[in-house]
This record gives sequence, C-alpha cells and structure tokens, in this order.
Amino acid sequence: MTSTARRLAEIRGGGAPRRHNARTTAALTGNPGCDRRAVLDSAGADKPGLAERVGFPARFGQSRFAITRGNAFEALVKADGGAELLRLVAERLGVDSTGPATWTDLGAEDRGDPPDATAQFGRAARSRAALAAAAPVGADDPAALFDHPLLGLDVAGQRVHLEPDLVAARLAGRFHVVEIKSFPVIDGQADPGKVAAAAIQSAVYVLALRELLAAEGHDAALVSSDVVLVCPRDFANRPVASLVDVRKQLLVLRRQLDRMARVDDLLARLPADFTADPSTDPERLRRSLTSVPARYAPDCLAACELAYFCRHETRAETAALGRPVREALGGVATVAEVLALAAGSDPGAPGQAEAAALLRAAARLRADALAGQPA
Amino acid sequence: MSTLRALAKAQALAAGVAQPVATVRHLHLSDRPLVLVPLTMAGEANAPLAALVGDAPDAARLLIVPQPRNRDQRFAFAAELAGIVLPYLDSFRGDTEAVAVDRGRDVRHRYVDAPQLVVPNPGGVTFLRLFGRSTRFRRTDGDYPVHPAVPLLGRWLTFFAERAEQPGSSALLALTDALTLHWATGQSAVEDQHLPAVLGWLDPPPGLTGAQAAARAEDPARCPPAGPATDPEFDNRVLAPAIAAYADAADDEAARWSAYAELELALRGQLAPTWELVWRGLGLLAALPPGARVAGRWAGDRDAFTGYAEHVDAGGGPQPRRDGAVAAAVRLHRLERAAASYAVQRAYDDPLVMAEHRLAGEAFVGDVTLTDPARVDDTGKRPVLRPRIQVVTTEPVAVPVGATLYSPARPGQKARVVFLTPAADGKTEVVLELSGGMGRGLTAPPGTVPEVGERLCLTTLSDGFLPAGSFPTPEETPWTHGGPPAAPVLSDPAPGPAVGPADGDPAEEWA
Ligand code: SF4
Repeated sequence: MTSTARRLAEIRGGGAPRRHNARTTAALTGNPGCDRRAVLDSAGADKPGLAERVGFPARFGQSRFAITRGNAFEALVKADGGAELLRLVAERLGVDSTGPATWTDLGAEDRGDPPDATAQFGRAARSRAALAAAAPVGADDPAALFDHPLLGLDVAGQRVHLEPDLVAARLAGRFHVVEIKSFPVIDGQADPGKVAAAAIQSAVYVLALRELLAAEGHDAALVSSDVVLVCPRDFANRPVASLVDVRKQLLVLRRQLDRMARVDDLLARLPADFTADPSTDPERLRRSLTSVPARYAPDCLAACELAYFCRHETRAETAALGRPVREALGGVATVAEVLALAAGSDPGAPGQAEAAALLRAAARLRADALAGQPA
Repeated sequence: MSTLRALAKAQALAAGVAQPVATVRHLHLSDRPLVLVPLTMAGEANAPLAALVGDAPDAARLLIVPQPRNRDQRFAFAAELAGIVLPYLDSFRGDTEAVAVDRGRDVRHRYVDAPQLVVPNPGGVTFLRLFGRSTRFRRTDGDYPVHPAVPLLGRWLTFFAERAEQPGSSALLALTDALTLHWATGQSAVEDQHLPAVLGWLDPPPGLTGAQAAARAEDPARCPPAGPATDPEFDNRVLAPAIAAYADAADDEAARWSAYAELELALRGQLAPTWELVWRGLGLLAALPPGARVAGRWAGDRDAFTGYAEHVDAGGGPQPRRDGAVAAAVRLHRLERAAASYAVQRAYDDPLVMAEHRLAGEAFVGDVTLTDPARVDDTGKRPVLRPRIQVVTTEPVAVPVGATLYSPARPGQKARVVFLTPAADGKTEVVLELSGGMGRGLTAPPGTVPEVGERLCLTTLSDGFLPAGSFPTPEETPWTHGGPPAAPVLSDPAPGPAVGPADGDPAEEWA
C-alpha cells in the first residue's frame, strides 16, 4: 500500500472503499471545484453514512417501481440473445447487422453486494481477456455483444470497479457502448436532465473501455465516442435507439480524474487529524468536514450526499441562492455583506466599489417602488 | 436574474420570510379555477397514479388507478378525468361578446369567461402535456377502443399545455411559478420548484423562519412531495404493498373492496396536503390587486379558448405530434413576441418591475420642471402640436439625444429626447418633445401634457404593437423545410405506429 492509499484508508475509517454505481460515477464529475468532495470521493468514503451521522441525511431513495420497470425493460431489450438489441443498434449506426452475432454475458455469476473480492477479480480478468480478444480488426468482423462487463477506472490512485448495466457492441470495426435506460423518448424527445446524466455515465464507460483496450496494446480509438442509448419509445415498451455524442463529457471527466489523481496535493492541505469515518463522534465529524473547503451550489442537492450539510453550512452566503443570484449581486459573498453594502452602512472593500454602487441603487429603487413611487 | 430580484432574495433570507417583487398581480385568477394535483407511477412513462381534482377547496374529487401498469385502468382514469374536465370547460361556453375585427369591418364572438387550470408546479404542466399526448390520438373504435371523451380530453389538455408556454397566459398556471413571480424566497430556483417549501417562505407557521419552514417541507415524511413524482419511501413502504394487496385480491370482492379503500386512503394522504397548499397559494395571489393589463391578456386566453372550442366543434383534428418547420417558426416568433410584450406590460403595470428596468438604464424617473404645452412646430408642410417639457432626474440617463421614450402614465404618447444637460448635484435635465395622445387639434386637451411638478417615469420600453413576422404558407414551403409533398401532419388520419396496437394493448402489463 502506498502512503497515499494508507492515508485515504485512514480517512475512510475501517471499511472498504465504496463501490461506484452509475449515479456515483457520473457524480464524480459534478462540482469539480469542490475539495471536500474530491477528498471524500478519492477516499471512497461512505458519504451517505457521513451525512446521516452529522444529522443531514441524503435523500436519494429509489422507488422499487422504478427499479422493477428498469429491470423489466432491460430484460425485454436483451431477450433472444440480444437479437432485437443488435438490430436496433445496427440500424441506428447505419451498418449491416445481418450475419452471425455472438452474445457473451460476462457477469453471469457474482452479482452479490458486497462483492466477493476473488470472484470480482476473476470477473475483471474475464472481461479484460474477452474484450481484448475481441478488439475490432476490421469492418467485416462479425457482430459481437458483451453484456455486463466489469470495468475498472483509476480514481485518485485507486482502482474503482464499475458495474455498468451496459452492453459493449462490436459492430463495423468499432466498439460501441450501449446503455439501456427506462425513461421514455416521446416524439423524439426525452427529459434533458436524464439524457445528460446518461451521457456522463456512458462517458465513464467509454473511458474505462478505452483504457482497457489501451492497456492491452490496442488503439483506444476503437471505442466510439458515440454511445447508443436504448429507451422505451413513447408510452409503450418498445425500444428505440438514439446516438449520443459524449466527447464533451469525456473531456470533463478526464479533467476531474486528473484532478483527483493529484489527490496528494489535496491531502497535503488537510489537517492531520482529518477523518471521514462515519463511526466518529458526530461533533468531531462535523468539525472535520468543515475543515475542508467546499463549494456548495444548489446543483449539489441532486448530485452529492452531503448537500444538506453543505447547504446548512453556507446558508448565510449568496452562493446558496444559486449562481445567477450571486452574480446579480455583484459576486458579493455573504448576505450580510450584501445588505450592508445596499444600505450604505458599509462602503465595501476597494474592489467592491462597483458592486456597492449597484446594490445601493437597487435598494433605493426597491424602497421607492414599494413606497408607491410612480412607474 | 435582475439585481433587484436578487436583492429581494437576499432580503428574504435575512428577514426569514419571502419579500415582494411585484406590487400588483400579473396574472388573471379565475373565480372558479379547476385545480389538479396529479401523481404518477415511478419508472413509467407518465402513467397516472392518482389525482385530486376540483373547482373549489371543498370539492376535491379523488381519482386513483389501482394498477397503474394496466392500460385499461389508465384509460378508465382518463375517462373519469374527462368526466370532470369537459363539463367544467363546457360551463364557460355560455355568454359571448362581440369583438370588432378588421378595423371594425367585421365582428367575431368570444366567450365572456374562460376556464383556468391550476397545477402545483411545472412538473404538473408536463404531466398534463404528456397525458394529452398519450390520449389525444386514441381511437374510439377498432381493437382497443377508448371512451369517446378520452381523445377529446387529450386535445384539450394539449391546448392548455400549449397555452402554458405562451408568456402572459393564465389559462394553465403552475402555482410555484405564479407565486415566485410575485415574491422572492430566500432559497434557490431549484428549491423554488417545491410548492411546500415556497409556501413555507411565504407564510411560515408561527415561530418558524422561512428557512426552517422550507426545510421541514422538504422532509417527505412530514410533508409529501407536491408531485407528480411520489416519495420513493412512500412507494416502497405504503404503495407497493397496497397495490399488491389489490392485485392479490383478484376476484375476492370483499378483499378487493378493502384493498381499494386502503389505496384510496394512502393516496389521499399524499395528495390532500398539496391540495390545501394550492388553495392557500391561490388565496395569497388573490389578495394582490390585478395589474391594469391583466384583463387584456386574459382576453387573449378567452380568444384562444373560443377558437379551440370552435375548432373542436368543426371536427378539427388533434394537434400534431410535432410542428412542421413553418409551424415551428411561426410559433417561436409568436412566443418571442408574447414574451417581449409581457415583459413591457408588467413594467408598465408595476413600479417594482419598472424599477428593474430603471436599474438597467432602460428607464428613469424625474420631476417635470418646465412645460410648453402649446408649442407648435410649423417647419413642415402643415403645423403640428409638439409640446416640450423638461424633466429633472437624479438617476443616470443612459439614452442618447434623439431617442424615443414612453411613459406608462400616457402610453400612447411619444417623447423624443431633444437635449440632455448635466445639472448640479449629479442631476440631469432632459428636454423632451411630445407627440401623440393629444387629440388632432393644435391645442392639447387638459391632462394630456404632463404638468410642472408631476413625477414621471420615462422608458425606452414601448407597449406598442409589435409587427407579426411573415412566413410562407405550408404550400409555399420547400419540402426540405417541412412543406409539401409530405402530408400536413395536422390532418394525419392514420396514427403512426406509436399509437397502434403495440401502444394500446390493454392486456399489456409490466410487472
Ligand atoms: S454537497 Fe458539499 S461536498 Fe458535495 S459537492 Fe457540494 S459542496 Fe462539495
């Protein structure tokens, strides 16, 4: 174990690092400027446990109806050895899918949680071997589909195992990541938030798949940056495939992973007794978390388990009201400062002259209008 | 976000209670709105689970779908909803009024009142839009016939969802948006989508700050979400067993009856708090006096209602799935014009909204210090009345000489900036030449020219007529832009595969 790994393990407390699922992997790229999150994610800390322990439990519950529907749709799409799936994907990519195709389920066993480390190791090796052996050599390779590959990614010097519900499709000389999602595409349109989330998740898989091939001496570009999203069409359960270009997401992801790779810099800035062990006394845990700078924004509410804690911490700051509000307030950091500048009771720091004048004018106009001055 | 609104947010946060950002109400409120609080089934494509519907606080009707994955039951829900919505709409098809058109050469009629739908949040509008989409193409014959009211409901819901996109329309209100148009809370825009939290800021219970009330409202155990999405905990702990019990009851009449009652009780418990909140929110809005231009915009909603009712009466088809290129461009243009005019109208109606424009340099307020009401310009072919006034303002004047300004006090009058002179104490003297709004003679009738001592707001915003864009008719549009030869979607008699049997299989079930 490297000293970094040891330090991260200490921070995490006794437990094994958290496994990443689709949501948490996608969330790795959210709020990249936040040190608190970078440290906790790098350490694989139990963020839901932490949030609970400090009195601000996260709310990322999943309805079992949603899970059932997701599984049912996936099963439907993959039925018959993926024949229908292959047809859809090929059609969307505009390639010929006739001819023999193979279907390999790389995750037939070991779906346990927590995972059996040995089994997982075996599965990772199996995935690696199978995918590397199937690396496309030319456009006339027969179509091949690989279900449930176990992929890995280096996050902050740690090997993170990803269990994507994806199919890697080899078609027309390239691998394509195929993601099956159960949100509907109605008249060609889907919920933009869901599509964005799916795109960033897919980018994680593209990256992991590229690294796998590169490590085996293949060209990373064999994995396409166009991923195929398979969703139910309209209000029924018939699947429809769409292409999503994830090049932008790949860049964002790369940048954040690079940042996390420099976790040593972050660790060097932490207080020596920093801990994120959920079994620590809540008061100490709160102090510990607060000692790492965060960068709360309302978007955190949908992405990070610590959001309610961080929101509480920043409740007197303009950032908690959202970036547009903060910007409209001239970038002034705290609400108290805004009000003092607006009232003219605080002339403001030298660099704040413009913001101060704006806020004073705004306060005067507001007071005027509320007092019934004419429009 | 304007600085003025942002400041109001900061003030709300500091004061612990929402702060006004409007002094008048900018939307029409019906005496008898139809409130709809929908819930959907998690994971499904807009599958209705339950709804509370009614046109008075004590007239809530609960509709539930005991097996939301069963499409028969979905359409039974749609028929039941139609049984409430359609008679409500019809109740407005009574008295009409004559409106002159084509410069008085012709006359048309419109209903003197129109229906208004109210949902808790923008998610409710999306629900109605998608529910309209999933029902308006249904067939009342063939293999999987639905009740004849179902496709009709679908068209009307689509009509309302489309109106909701039009800035300034009050035909379908999302209450969170309606409230935050008038008050600033101390929370972010994301959090403002949650009706219970917004009302927590607007009207916190005694002893609580807005922030505390909003935080409470976020706890689904204390306060169910305002839909259409349900609380996952509720799904897992209450709803799933209740649905299972109903399904298991099968043909056992007594068991099914009690399971149904159980489901009703659980769903009512999730919906009733939101129902109360919606009416409370409407009450808060009703306490504001309406802006002067609200009635004019509502007349537009009445026009639209009348027009669509006539379209339906005449046997017109359902709205297309997607607009063609020309229709899309026309629509975009119309929405842009509506947005621009709505923004101006709100500023004219409300000094607090105008203040946002003053801060942005698009308006200023000053005192009239000199007037020459009888000034006549005789340099042209014939003499014209062109009074001049001088206004002194302490506000920065960001308009150049030659600019045309308007005053909400006399919207039909133009004021051209003739001179701009800096004066003592950072004040500015503005000399303006007036035209319009003073009759046809060479003497201005009393009151048409501002008098010395009057406080005047002058702005670059004009409430005048915005010309409509000209677009080619569908026949003139090249096929590359959605014109012929492709059949116009509007009259598409044969629904595509999306509405064929695969979509409408009543036997289809997911579980
Ligand atoms: S919730 Fe807190 S820790 Fe998480 S990303 Fe936001 S600021 Fe950082």
